[in-house]
Amino acid sequence: MNGTTQNGKALPPEWQRDAQSRLEHGERILATFEPDLDQRLFFARGLVLLTDRRVLAADEDGRPGAGALRWQAWPLGPDTTLKAQEYGGAGVLELVGPEGRLGHWRFTAGRGPEAQRMLQQFALLRASQDGAPPPVDSVCPSCGAPISPEDGRCLACSPEPTTPSVSGLLRLFRFTRPHARLIVFGFLLTFASTTASLIPIYLTQPLLDKVLIPHQNEKPADFGLVPWYLSGMVGAALLAWLLDWGRVYTLARASERVSADLRSKTYAHLQRLSLEFFGGKRTGDLMARISNDSDRLCNFLSINLVDFATDILMIVMTATILLTMDPLLAAAALCPFPVIAWMVYRVRGRLLRGYRQAGVAWSAMTSVLADTIPGIRVVKAFAQEQREIERFDHSNDRVFYANDRLNRVWAVFSPTVTLMTTSGLLIVWSFACWRAFHHPVTVGVLTVVIAYITRFYSRIESMIRMASATQRAAASAQRIFEILDRVPSVPEPVRPVAPGRLQGSIDLRAVRFKYGVREVLHGLDLKIEPGEMIGIVGPTGAGKSTLINLICRFYDVAVGAILVDSTDIRSFPVEEYRKNIGIVLQDPFLFYGTIAENIAYGRPGATREQVVAAARAARAHEFILRLPNGYDSLVGERGQSLSGGERQRISIARALLTDPRILILDEATSSIDTETERKIQAALENLVKDRTTLAIAHRLSTLRRADRLVVLERGLIVEIGSHDELLRANGTYARLHRAQMEVMQGHAI
Amino acid sequence: MRSESGPNGRDTGPGFTLHHDAWGRLVLTDVSGREHAGVEPVRAFPLSSPRHGVSVCDAEGRELFWIDDLDDLPVSVRKVLEDELTRREFVPVLRRVLSVTAVEPSEWRVETDRGPTRFLLKSEDDVCPLDDHRALVTDANGIRYLIPDLRELDATSRRLLERFL
Ligand SMILES: Nc1ncnc2c1ncn2[C@@H]1O[C@H](COP(=O)(O)OP(=O)(O)O)[C@@H](O)[C@H]1O
Ligand SMILES: [Mg+2]
Repeated sequence: MNGTTQNGKALPPEWQRDAQSRLEHGERILATFEPDLDQRLFFARGLVLLTDRRVLAADEDGRPGAGALRWQAWPLGPDTTLKAQEYGGAGVLELVGPEGRLGHWRFTAGRGPEAQRMLQQFALLRASQDGAPPPVDSVCPSCGAPISPEDGRCLACSPEPTTPSVSGLLRLFRFTRPHARLIVFGFLLTFASTTASLIPIYLTQPLLDKVLIPHQNEKPADFGLVPWYLSGMVGAALLAWLLDWGRVYTLARASERVSADLRSKTYAHLQRLSLEFFGGKRTGDLMARISNDSDRLCNFLSINLVDFATDILMIVMTATILLTMDPLLAAAALCPFPVIAWMVYRVRGRLLRGYRQAGVAWSAMTSVLADTIPGIRVVKAFAQEQREIERFDHSNDRVFYANDRLNRVWAVFSPTVTLMTTSGLLIVWSFACWRAFHHPVTVGVLTVVIAYITRFYSRIESMIRMASATQRAAASAQRIFEILDRVPSVPEPVRPVAPGRLQGSIDLRAVRFKYGVREVLHGLDLKIEPGEMIGIVGPTGAGKSTLINLICRFYDVAVGAILVDSTDIRSFPVEEYRKNIGIVLQDPFLFYGTIAENIAYGRPGATREQVVAAARAARAHEFILRLPNGYDSLVGERGQSLSGGERQRISIARALLTDPRILILDEATSSIDTETERKIQAALENLVKDRTTLAIAHRLSTLRRADRLVVLERGLIVEIGSHDELLRANGTYARLHRAQMEVMQGHAI
Repeated sequence: MRSESGPNGRDTGPGFTLHHDAWGRLVLTDVSGREHAGVEPVRAFPLSSPRHGVSVCDAEGRELFWIDDLDDLPVSVRKVLEDELTRREFVPVLRRVLSVTAVEPSEWRVETDRGPTRFLLKSEDDVCPLDDHRALVTDANGIRYLIPDLRELDATSRRLLERFL
């Protein structure tokens, strides 16, 4: 015994010795659990051990860190059981005996899986005592390696989310790599054009010192040189213009490419994220990130970054020229520089925070739009236009105030920088005059030096102004990388198993699922044969759609496993697996496009004949023909130009066209009249024939053809059997059936 | 108000008694002396009006009693109900935010009314303003933390939260 239990989890080291000393001779620890709340629900540490004969528990007895533990122990009698419940963020693990509760421990939702593992161990222990067969293995969702129930998690790989170390803008450089050549070319052009633009100033010195000043001092001046100097200046200016042209275009193109890449990468990543991500996000926010933030980045890359590079080049070059011409003067010119650097440093964080807030406010505003425009019918029906206007104004105001705060910071900062650079120039001027007074220096040199220094400072100033643009871009980059860094909660397997064309057997094993902290499926076991048709019935909210979501892998199970063709579905690549599934949802969604395009959505290469055949089978053909443009009619966004039943029939056709191995109908016929449904039923009969079908329906008559019916109630399977068997059993199904018969008879009267 | 009729025509006053049994379940005994084991009190407006509108449901989730206002109940019943409610609702109140890491998912170190703790926050959307000064933080495990009044937090906490609100 080394203090590790069978589920691989070590005891807290400081408690290990204490725990070991409590064990009887030969007693083995099967599972450990560390509750993290006390009975009053305060955060506290505790320990529960399950051994092969007892349950031991320790807590710190209200004195955290004191090291003294209060121990309790209960022998496991034949009637003792362990139970766990969770509600609203906290849970309780209970040890229950025949006369009542023996002990209970409270924990936060994060410890739920650990508690479940202890229960599994307990079940295993009971099973081994009863001589029952050992439970089956599961498969690691990530690498496909088998996991035994003792471990509860994969030992081969424990995927840890990697957090990036560099933030924001620096990470953009990953996206510039594919365009490195264009960018390098652009920078060469920048270098050349900067050099060219500095030549005219350089030529002023000989013009002054050799021609103009001697002439002024009435010495012989060589005016023959003037055309040369002037043409040199004009030539350099023309060259700079030409090179600049190339530079601006090249770099702008490169940055446009980079941000286009960024946009499509983000969108592609977004498409791969699971439904869980979208459940927590607002559409408007996502739209703002992809459109607005990437546009900001593009602007930054194409305008500010290029300017920034030019500025740096300019500064370096002018500084070099200055240093060669007059080192002391150059040194004096740099005096205000540290102050400016300090100021930039101070204001940076404020700007970044400000821009982030402005970004969030903008997203909130877009969200209001994305929320109300699709719901405009409801707004109008309840005459709430004025309230929606106010809601929008409210979020618009927030955008205004966020930007206003930024402007306040900026308004102070920007003129201060100007003041600093102006005072820098003053220092230079006074120093230069002082030098000219003491040491003879030619006016030419002085003029050139001053001209360069002016340029130097104007460049520094523009570079500092970039602080704002940089921080704005950094805020946008953060918002985009937040999407890119999100690991899909339905992860792709590390060692995928190709599903190919599946047979279609489905095996649910002790499946549990939670939305947030609310558990909606509490352990389902179900085996479905290939080609079987299963009807799922139960009151609304029972978890029928949730079960379907799990089988389609829109979400991953929390505990347990779903096996298709005896392979855990988490070891299939998600897309290939879903190609085997056809699904018709409760609320069918059509995309903007023609009817034919919508039917062929799952199989874009389908021929016209196939599309028509699918539509016929779904009994959609005739109503489509009655539309003015037949199969070429546009359905409008979300299919708004069609009735609910028509949309549903199109989505049935869409599912049929993909010829799936597993067909899922989630209340697919709920908004179709009984007459049409009967027709579809006839069509479905052929289609259902050799594929596994799971059909949810409220009208029980829809499920007449089902081989078996599964009755789901409050997240549990309460009955399984054929229609007749269930009627005979006189349970929930029989009750539902009676109620429907009564309603139908009521209608008949 | 105490012995007035509830909305179901049932008595919401001392018309029922509550106690815990040996299994730790809450047992409600109604006027006719019938016992309902494992009943659960549920607040209808846990955030906007926690003391008004408490429903007592049976183990199947069917409503047995509706209580308009907890303060109308006799002290003994109220005490049991409130104890049970605090045990079912685990929403620690954030008193101070000590640190928040910069990259997402961010790690938070906080002090709550139930002691110090740390947790992971998946994204900034999980900090959700409720009304002008209140906010709800939902961590990666779905545990909710309430900030009853942003203005009452100290400056450090407010600065750390600023980025999320
Ligand atoms: N995305 C979601 N987030 C949180 N809870 C959900 C979500 N979807 C469904 N639920 C809840 O899960 C329970 C089961 O829902 P569902 O499976 O849709 O029921 P049904 O049997 O009617 O199809 C319901 O109580 C519902 O409120
Ligand atoms: Mg449903």
